[in-house]
Amino acid sequence: MMDQALLDLALDIASAITFTVGGAFVLIGAFGLVRLPDVWSRIHAAGVIDTVGAELILLGMMFQTGLTQTTLKLALIGLFLFVTGPTATHAVANASFVAGLRPVRLRRNETADVLGEQPRKEMQP
Amino acid sequence: MTKAVGLLVALFALWLALSGYFKPFLLSLGVLSCLFTVYLASRMKLLDDEAVPLQLRLSLPLYWSWLGGEIFKSAVAVSKVILSRDMQLNQQLIAVPSPLKTDMGHVIFANSITLTPGTVTVEAVPGKFLVHALTEEASAAEGFQEIARRVAAVETR
Repeated sequence: MMDQALLDLALDIASAITFTVGGAFVLIGAFGLVRLPDVWSRIHAAGVIDTVGAELILLGMMFQTGLTQTTLKLALIGLFLFVTGPTATHAVANASFVAGLRPVRLRRNETADVLGEQPRKEMQP
Repeated sequence: MTKAVGLLVALFALWLALSGYFKPFLLSLGVLSCLFTVYLASRMKLLDDEAVPLQLRLSLPLYWSWLGGEIFKSAVAVSKVILSRDMQLNQQLIAVPSPLKTDMGHVIFANSITLTPGTVTVEAVPGKFLVHALTEEASAAEGFQEIARRVAAVETR
């Protein structure tokens, strides 16, 4: 009985830590969405939210549900986020690239190395 | 045939995980619907390396956990940039060569780059990716080579 109580306490502490850290990353990501200057840098702030933030909060929920079917479903949600997250991020990045948006204060641009000469005219935000 | 059996097993495992029913009648309905789905998939000629990636090595979960660690490290780096008083942005569009052999390998590599905060794959042409990096550290070529090396280890048996 004592062991069970200790285990529950350890799981509660583990999920408290993951919820706090995950929540902190979501907050930082939201802060970055406001602070960063253009769509390109804001994509990275959104990336912090939908990878580390979301996955850590899911992990915290898994600590709470224990070895049940719910945990399996949460793990599946995490796996699907792991696959669909970058796909959505890439779609946004590629759409803004095709629309002609370029990052502000670009330090290094090797676009020509990949795509050859660019016939499109560049649009500055 | 191997692909069909693999897809059937995966579909039924998903059905069990999501339903949680173990009554014989419901189980047989589950098996029937999985069989029908596999039949439709084979009629649509979907049973290839893309839909049923049985060619990937079983060490894929190990790769995912390594990637999880990398994601956490770069998330901390991006968070530092966001929280610093004068954000030290050093935006770059860089060319990253992709040395992988299969289409699935390219997809895993590009998605891994995008998953890591601080780098996003923008465009892909055969053998090369255009990657947007937020900072100088995020754009280090060694980081990409390390990911590519590990993807090459899981892409084919």
